[in-house]
Amino acid sequence: MSLRPATAASKADVVLPPPTERYPLLGWVWKHLFTPWHNALLTVLALGLLYLLAVPFAQWALTQARWEVVVVNLRLLLIGQYPLEQVWRLWLSVHVLAFVAGLTIGSTVRAGLWRAVPILAAPWALALVADFDLATRAHLGALPVVGLVAFVLGRLGHVYVRRHVIGLWVIYFPLFILLVRGLTAEEGWLPVVPTNVWGGLVLTFVLTVAGIIFSFPIGVLLALGRRSNLPLVRWASVVYIELVRGVPLVTILFMAQIMLPLFLPSNVTIDRVLRAVVGIVLFTAAYQAENVRGGLQAISRGQYEAAYALGLNSLQTNLFIILPQALRNVIPVLVGQFIALYKDTSLVAIVGLLDLLGIAKSVLAQPAYIGTQREVYLFISAIYWLFSYVMSYLSQRLEKALGVGER
Amino acid sequence: MSDSPIIVCRDVHKWYGHFHALRGINMEVQKGEVVVIFGPSGSGKSTFIRTINRLEEHQRGQIIVDGIELTRDIRNIEAIRREVGMVFQQFNLFPHLTVLQNITLAPIQVRKWPKEKAEALAMQLLDRVGIPEQAHKYPGQLSGGQQQRVAIARALAMQPKIMLFDEPTSALDPEMIKEVLDVMVELARSGMTMLVVTHEMGFARAVADRMYFFDKGQIVESGTPDEIFNNPKEDRTKLFLSQILSH
Ligand SMILES: Nc1ncnc2c1ncn2[C@@H]1O[C@H](COP(=O)(O)OP(=O)(O)OP(=O)(O)O)[C@@H](O)[C@H]1O
Ligand SMILES: [Mg+2]
Repeated sequence: MSLRPATAASKADVVLPPPTERYPLLGWVWKHLFTPWHNALLTVLALGLLYLLAVPFAQWALTQARWEVVVVNLRLLLIGQYPLEQVWRLWLSVHVLAFVAGLTIGSTVRAGLWRAVPILAAPWALALVADFDLATRAHLGALPVVGLVAFVLGRLGHVYVRRHVIGLWVIYFPLFILLVRGLTAEEGWLPVVPTNVWGGLVLTFVLTVAGIIFSFPIGVLLALGRRSNLPLVRWASVVYIELVRGVPLVTILFMAQIMLPLFLPSNVTIDRVLRAVVGIVLFTAAYQAENVRGGLQAISRGQYEAAYALGLNSLQTNLFIILPQALRNVIPVLVGQFIALYKDTSLVAIVGLLDLLGIAKSVLAQPAYIGTQREVYLFISAIYWLFSYVMSYLSQRLEKALGVGER
Repeated sequence: MSDSPIIVCRDVHKWYGHFHALRGINMEVQKGEVVVIFGPSGSGKSTFIRTINRLEEHQRGQIIVDGIELTRDIRNIEAIRREVGMVFQQFNLFPHLTVLQNITLAPIQVRKWPKEKAEALAMQLLDRVGIPEQAHKYPGQLSGGQQQRVAIARALAMQPKIMLFDEPTSALDPEMIKEVLDVMVELARSGMTMLVVTHEMGFARAVADRMYFFDKGQIVESGTPDEIFNNPKEDRTKLFLSQILSH
């Protein structure tokens, strides 16, 4: 009790720093948004503009929007017409993905793990909030568990896991295709699901990943070809690159659908999805070739000379000396091209495939959902954005991981 | 056979377009000899030394290295490159590989050595050039002198019979020149056949067996260091030596 007067007295004596220094957030806001005076003006204007835009949007989103169109058609949007009794295969592939991702993160990432919390929480939140059937909820609930178990395993055996995790990623996509497509006849354990019922996000994913996997090596070869000493190789590469870059992707997709069969014997029919993949790969490879060439041009002649002087042949020189440096320098452009590819897969809707955009259009064609364009397009935009962002984020991580020790 | 020269150049010519860069170079180098090449800028020193491992193609004359003639045949070229190491003015280390990986890459990929064997030799060589503690750093983390010593170790890792040096110290700060020259002197005394383009006359005096003065794509004069420094015959040699020795 006797302390009270004393503290009161000393409190009065102490000169407190101004509020902007006592509260860090307030200080930051003041320093960055309100000084000097014209910054304050800009801040107020920006906030006003944001308010003018956000309020009507929020009003619409919360009161008028008919989100049930998304909820009811969610399955269609994500997996198209994939047969219900085979959906476990898609789930299995998602679980494997979570497992491999968990292993990767567990064995390599040390700092900033809190960022994984929302990713782990999302499936549970979805399972609780959305009106799914029991099986879907069970799968959603299991997903974070699979990821966490893999994470722990990855961390425990990190030396061993880190060495092999790349291999797991390499076999993941073939495994995914195997699961989605199937192997056996109707009555077997993994019946073939024909590609004409593939659709939605699954199809978009297939087109994107296949596009990336095949266009990249072809692009690298074309870039090397364009710099080759052999005139025939050089001219073939130049002609290919310049021809393809002069034609819009839609045109190439149409040609792949209509003209590809002309080049094949009449008893060989190739599937429409495969034709689309071929079109996307041929198109992207030409652009990636130029991106890679940009990286190659930045490598000094001294690097080639040092490699040759050591007795390396040109394949070894490119493989061990030139490409690792050239590709690392152009990671942002390469990934930018892959993000473009991912979004451009939506053009296959024009040639009649039911990818995310194609399905969205067919949903909108149902009489019950006329006038719900905003909801549907907003939803698929969010999905496009989400995965684009993931790619861009991963590319930044990759750059950091590979940049170690450089200059 | 033991006294047949390990490098023979007969009337070697080279043109860059219309520019006649090498105008009939004749040279014989014996096993274990240290040859210093010097001369004014643009006289063709680099061009010449680079024809010996085919970084530049000669257009007339003959170059025979360790009994193999350099022709368009890629097998001959690769065979000679395995026996000839080279050290560049700009180091040209591989920046994306560690020091150890820089040194072991060629033995593993070209000589097909197991990794352990290549690494053991690499550590031995790093010891020899005086920087064993830098093995796991990247080139960008080293000083110029250290980088050049790594470059020497990298070339030696292929166990070459001949080493080519193209102005190995001229991109270095003065205080680093000595550490590189010391390594080269030790290498010369160990019996390595060396062709060195340099203006470090102290190095030439100490270890060179023969010196060649290049000007305008030709050999103007050659001789032992004693003959060149104390008794040069050509006026151009005298003039050039007086210029570089006056610094
Ligand atoms: N790739 C090339 N294309 C055209 N001309 C070249 C090329 N390389 C060298 N030259 C010319 O050939 C001549 C000899 O060059 P070189 O590099 O061999 O000279 P150098 O004696 O090594 O000179 P420095 O002391 O400056 O290194 C120079 O005049 C140079 O301009
Ligand atoms: Mg030179």
